[in-house]
Order: sequence, then C-alpha cells, then structure tokens
Amino acid sequence: MHRPTPPRLAAALSVGLLALSGCGTSSGSEEESDTLRIAGPFEVHSLDPAADGEVFTRLQVVETLVTSDIQGELAPGLATTWSSSSDYKEWEFELVEDVTFHDGTALTPEVVVAALEKAAAATASPLAEVPIEHLTAEDSSVVVELDKPYLTLPAVLTHYSTVILAPGAYEGDRVTSVIGTGPYQVDRIELPASIETVRFDDWRGEAPAIERVTFQAVGRAESRALMAVSDQADIVFGLEPAGRQRVDSSDGVAMESGLQPRTILLKVNAGHPTLKDLRVRRALSLALDREAMAEAVLREKELAATQLLPPSLETWAADVEPLTQDVEAARALLAEAGWEPGADGTLHKDGRPLELKLLTYPDRPELPALATAIQAAMGEIGMKVDVEVSNSSEIPAGQADGSLELALIAKHFALVSDPLVDVAAVFAPEGSDWGVMNWSSPAVQEAIDSLEAGASGADAEQHRATVVRTVQEELPLIPVAWYRMNAAVNDRVEGFVMDPLEANWRLTDLTWAS
Amino acid sequence: MGIVSRRNAALAKVLARRSAQAGGVAMVVSLLCFLIVLRLPGDAAYRIAAGRYGYDLVDQETADSVRAELGLDRPAWQQLGGWLLDVVQLDFGRSLVTSRPVVEEVGYYLLGTLQLAGVALLLAVAIGGSAGVLAARRPGGIVDRLTSTWVASVRAVPPFLLGLLLVVVFSAQLGLLPAVGHGDAASIVLPALTLGIGLSGLVARVTRDSVVEVRQSDYVRFAHTKGLAERWILLRHVVRNAAVVLVPYLGVQAVILIEGVVVVESLFSWQGLGHAMVHAVFWRDVPVLQATALVLALLIVAVNTAVDLAVLWLDPRPRRHEVAA
Repeated sequence: MHRPTPPRLAAALSVGLLALSGCGTSSGSEEESDTLRIAGPFEVHSLDPAADGEVFTRLQVVETLVTSDIQGELAPGLATTWSSSSDYKEWEFELVEDVTFHDGTALTPEVVVAALEKAAAATASPLAEVPIEHLTAEDSSVVVELDKPYLTLPAVLTHYSTVILAPGAYEGDRVTSVIGTGPYQVDRIELPASIETVRFDDWRGEAPAIERVTFQAVGRAESRALMAVSDQADIVFGLEPAGRQRVDSSDGVAMESGLQPRTILLKVNAGHPTLKDLRVRRALSLALDREAMAEAVLREKELAATQLLPPSLETWAADVEPLTQDVEAARALLAEAGWEPGADGTLHKDGRPLELKLLTYPDRPELPALATAIQAAMGEIGMKVDVEVSNSSEIPAGQADGSLELALIAKHFALVSDPLVDVAAVFAPEGSDWGVMNWSSPAVQEAIDSLEAGASGADAEQHRATVVRTVQEELPLIPVAWYRMNAAVNDRVEGFVMDPLEANWRLTDLTWAS
Repeated sequence: MGIVSRRNAALAKVLARRSAQAGGVAMVVSLLCFLIVLRLPGDAAYRIAAGRYGYDLVDQETADSVRAELGLDRPAWQQLGGWLLDVVQLDFGRSLVTSRPVVEEVGYYLLGTLQLAGVALLLAVAIGGSAGVLAARRPGGIVDRLTSTWVASVRAVPPFLLGLLLVVVFSAQLGLLPAVGHGDAASIVLPALTLGIGLSGLVARVTRDSVVEVRQSDYVRFAHTKGLAERWILLRHVVRNAAVVLVPYLGVQAVILIEGVVVVESLFSWQGLGHAMVHAVFWRDVPVLQATALVLALLIVAVNTAVDLAVLWLDPRPRRHEVAA
C-alpha cells in the first residue's frame, strides 16, 4: 500500500532544505571583493579608548598625537612636531592643520585637550601615570605642563588610550560612537564581534587603495585557520601551530610573523630566604632547557629567551652572554650555597628542604604548560617546585603581602612606543606588580634615572647596556621565552607589514594584487 | 461540566503552577549565582579591571579604582540586597565590564541563542523525525538498522568535532557556507546543523519507538478495521499520539540546547548566552551573570509551560475522561 510522506514532516524537511540551499548563494566572496576581511582573536567590548581602543587604532579609525613607525621610532600623528622646555617640564605639541573628524567637525586644540583630560583620568591609561599639572589649548598647539620632568611623554601619547575623539563621540563621560580622524571611518559596529569601516573621503593624506574593511572577532584558533585557508578572510591574526602548518601547506595564503615585545618570565621574590641568594637564582636559570620548552610548548625553539628583553627592541639589544642550560653548573652552585642532598632526593639546608611555590594563571594557555616544564627541570637539580595555577590577581596580591615566591608571567615591554616607560616600571625599586620584587640595584636605578632625565646618544646606550647587563647577571626576573605574533595573509593582498608594536595594521599601505 | 470549561480549568492550573514556579526559580537562581560568584577564587575587582582594560594595563591601582567605583568593598548582603531591589523595579543595571545596560546586552545574546536553538531544533525534528518515521515502517528492517547506526554515531561524535568536520566539508572544501560569523542568514546554518545533527539521533530513536508503539495500539488497529485511509490514520492517530511522547522530550532537549551550546557558539563565533555567561563568569561581571542565569531559568520554565500546553492540546485522553465522567 502506498503511504504518502506525512505532510508536517515534509514541510519541516523542506524548510530545512530551503535553509540549506538558500545560504549557498549569499556567502560567495565575489560580491565582497572590494572589502578587506580581517579576523582576529580579540573581541571588542567597549568603545571607550582606555578599554578597547587598540582595535580602532589598528583599523586606523582613530589617531593619537604621536605614532610610531615600522622601526618603532616616534613619528608624527595628529601632532606634526613636538618640543619641550630644557627641564622637560613643559611640552608643546603642534597640531596638523585643517583636520576634520568623521562627523565633519574640526579638530581644535580645545578638543584635543578635552580628549587628553579624559585619558588622564582613566586609571588604566599610561597617561594617568604622567604627572600632568595643566593642559592648555594654544592657537594651533597643545601645551602640557608637568610637575616633574617626563621625557617619555611623546611615547606615552602613542598609546591607544590617548586617541583624540570628536566631542560628538561622547554622551556625558561615556563614549557612544567612535568618531575619529583616521583614514577609515566606522560604518557599522556590532559589539563584541564585528566592525565595518569605510574609507574617509576627507582624510588629509593620500586616499588608501582599499575602500572597505571588515573586522571579525573569532575566538577559536581552529576556526580562524579554516577561514584563512578557505578564502573567508584576507588577513587572519593569531594562529596556533596546527593552523600555521595548514596555512603553510595551502596555496594562495602565506604566513607573516614578527617578534612581539613580550617575554614569558619567572618573577622572583628576591627577598625570600632561599631566593635572595643569587646562586640559587642562577641555578634556577641554568637548570632550564629553554629551547626544549619553547619547541615543545610554543613549537619554535628560536623563541627560547637568551635575555630578558627580546631582540626586536633593537635599542635595548646590549651585548650580553646568552642564558643557557648547564645542569651540572646549577648543581654546583646549589652545593656551593650550602644545599645538600636529603633522603628524598630534594636538597636540604639547615634541616629545611629546597621547596618553592610557583604561581601562574591560565589566561595564556602556554603558561601552565611551561610551569610544569619548569617544575620538572627544577626536580632535576633537587629543587621541589609546587605549581599553583590560579587567578592572575593572586600575583599582585602575593606581591602586596610578601607571600609570593615564584610566578610565571607574560610581560609586555613596549605598551607605549618607548620601552623605557615599561622598563622603568618593571625595575621600580619599591617593586612592581608585573616586575621585580624585593630587588633593586643602585646601578640600574641610576641608569634609568639618567635615561629618564634625557641622556642621549652614546651615553644613553651605555645606560641601557648597564640595565641589561645587571639584570642578566642578577636575575631578579628569569626570562624563559619570547613571543611571536603572526598573521595569515591572502595573496590577493599586497604590502602587508607586521607592526612590531601592533599599534597599527597599516591598512593604508595595502593594495589589491592585480 | 463542559469540555471547553474543563480544558480552560486545566489551562489555568498549568499557568498558575508555572508562574509560581517562575518566581521561585528566579529567587533561588539569583541567590545561588551571587553566592557562587562570591566564592570564586581571586580578586573580583582585578578580574573586572582585566576584562575592561586588558591584562597588560592592569595593576593593583587600577583594580582598586574599579573596586571603589563599583562599591565591591561593601558587605556582600548589601550588594545582593541592592541588586534584588533593582531587579524588583526591573532595573538590571549596567555591565561592570562594558558599562552597557545589562538588558541590552543580555537581550542581544538571548536573541542569538534563541535563533540558533530554534533552527537547530527544527533541523533535528526534520532529520530525526523523518528518519524515525521511516524506520518505524518496518521495525528490524534495513532502514531501522541504518537509523540505529546513525543514532549511535551522531551521539558518539562530540559537537566540537562534528562542527569542525562540517566546516571542513561545507566551508573549506566546497566553499558553500561561511565558517564563522553572526548576523547574515548563511552563518547560522553550520552551527545549527552541528547542534541539529547531534540531536537528531535521539529524536529519531524516540520517534521510531513511539510510532511503533502507537501503530500497535488498539485504536490504530480499530482505525484500520473501520477502513480509514492510511494517511489519515498516520495524521490523526499515529502522529498525534506519538507527538504526545515526542513534545515533552523535545522540551527537555530545547533546554539542553539553550544551555549547552557554549562550545558550538565559540567554535562558530556565534554570539549567544553561553558565550556571554562564560565571559561573565571569567570577568566576574555579576550583573550580566545574574541576568543571564535568570533569563535561562525563566526560559526553562517557559519551555516547560509551552510543553504542558502543547501536550494538553495534543493529548486526546482528557476528552475520554470526560466521556467516562
């Protein structure tokens, strides 16, 4: 007997099929051929420059007074020139003339002052650290008066939290739309994952070749890799090793990469009874097989750190003896320091076992993996390390109450274009949340003070070398690995360059391959 | 008493019971949520600051300013009391991380989740339901056995793997559909298919069993005997009675879908409640977390109410009781 398909099921089925077939037509990439599609891991949760401003500087929607060039050197942004009084307490920033915001209003010194005042009031902004006494709008410039000399002010003004937004971007203190001065203006934003921009016709510079740009936040690295190889994005940031291999073996897309000014390091409580002995810190460093760890966890043994500051920070690349592994030397140093093998294989001194607690956090997935590798390496030399994977806030908390022993952290050394700002913070004699603890060195402090007071040329080089050498010898922070940032770039895009500070994706330099 | 009024009484009973339940659930969920966040390790102000500004810019000082701004140093009962008081006035506050109104934020994610769950459920019923009905035609036959294999294999494959497989085939190889995204119609297909296929196995199983059972029942045999055409038997007796079993089951699955899509949402960059909730926990964004949990809890009550009402409408038995009475 013939049994017809039940009508309801048939209807449901056809809806499903329709949904399937209807979609095939709208996803083609042809219609979007004039749009540059960027995908990256970072979601955007706020329009406030102090919070998520970096994505808008990278997309070149907003601009800062000062920028950095591809070598990381300071370059003009909304300010053409800047100068300071001889005591570095008064700075004048001359503004570019005839700049209009995306809403058609003019960029005036008053607008700049208002925007900078907002940035200075945001605790998270590096500008909040600057001892500003007064901001004044002059005819065509902005004058910053300071309580104390502050030589790195122009570098601080490269930070994305100091971008200049139009007055219309704010409702009260809240940023409600991103109205900047950059070569691209916002067309549509759907927080947290999608931003679309379009060329701003009244931009003062040369019109960029690419007319439209879309940015899509994609959380999973696997998904991003698939987008890169299947031509669903032109530039894909932040691929993991498996994805990189996939891209390498595909046609039409290539990997670009560059060292990031970030170091994974062991923060050491140099006031701890065990760790205040330099020999123990050296033994710790000598026990680490950094190349094997970098190879196993980061899949690239070149990322093994031979010194604290990565070589991409060229001005800070002093000539020092690279940190290497030497287990025998590590054991000898510990023996010299009075640590003797106990019954359980752990070293002892005065009846006390050599035990340390290592704190780390899971926000960067490689940290717990590296922590266990460090634990194993320490076991080799008779040091018992307990790894505790916890909340990142436990590290500043442990610093504050003095209970911290070792912490594995990832520290960025160029949040603003001059690493001096971060270096000075990291080696502050009173200690720093993401820097040294109970360690200070008169030589380092003197060098940093001189640099902050304006040393230049060979003098400056000397001071920087002093910092790098002293830190390499005394190991208040023990470097483990560097970081590499990468992007998969489709062949149809030409002119892509990795910005060492990731401040700007340089979309205006890109062209379509003919 | 008439049939209609009896039905209305049943309806009113269901609605009254469910709304009381909704109130209770909302209360308990809010309290639990608050207590759990309180017990989470780490300094909440620090996590919120990291969520707002990114890790690189956060130190103790930033965390302290966030603490002062949000009043996180108030005693816990004051914070909970304040929140409850606001909720009674239907004011859910602003997200601690994004500073946007919670209603706006959660509404956005809820819409995403409902779209995804709805399409997934539809696909599951379409695929699973037809497979089940086909299998039930000849229990033990080739289609039935194939369906069993299908059920076993889709249950065995985790959604994460299934999603990646679908992306590799439909997106990377065939180039038919976008791999990720949220917004246009095409981007919902792969995540919904991932969830729908995963669910279709059980739907097929339940449909098959209940259709087989209903077919063997006395009333279907009687319908045959009285010479009713096969399609009418299927429509009026088999499908309807089988649906009485299937609908509550689908209700349970819908709830699981709404809550259990975190992995699929993140794989496909789909903006939904699961995604929002994970971030809220991670960043200690208590108002968003509370509102999300509340919405989920109320959603469960709503789905159950819908199931009750649907069954009330579908199930022919109460009418029979009427006759007996």
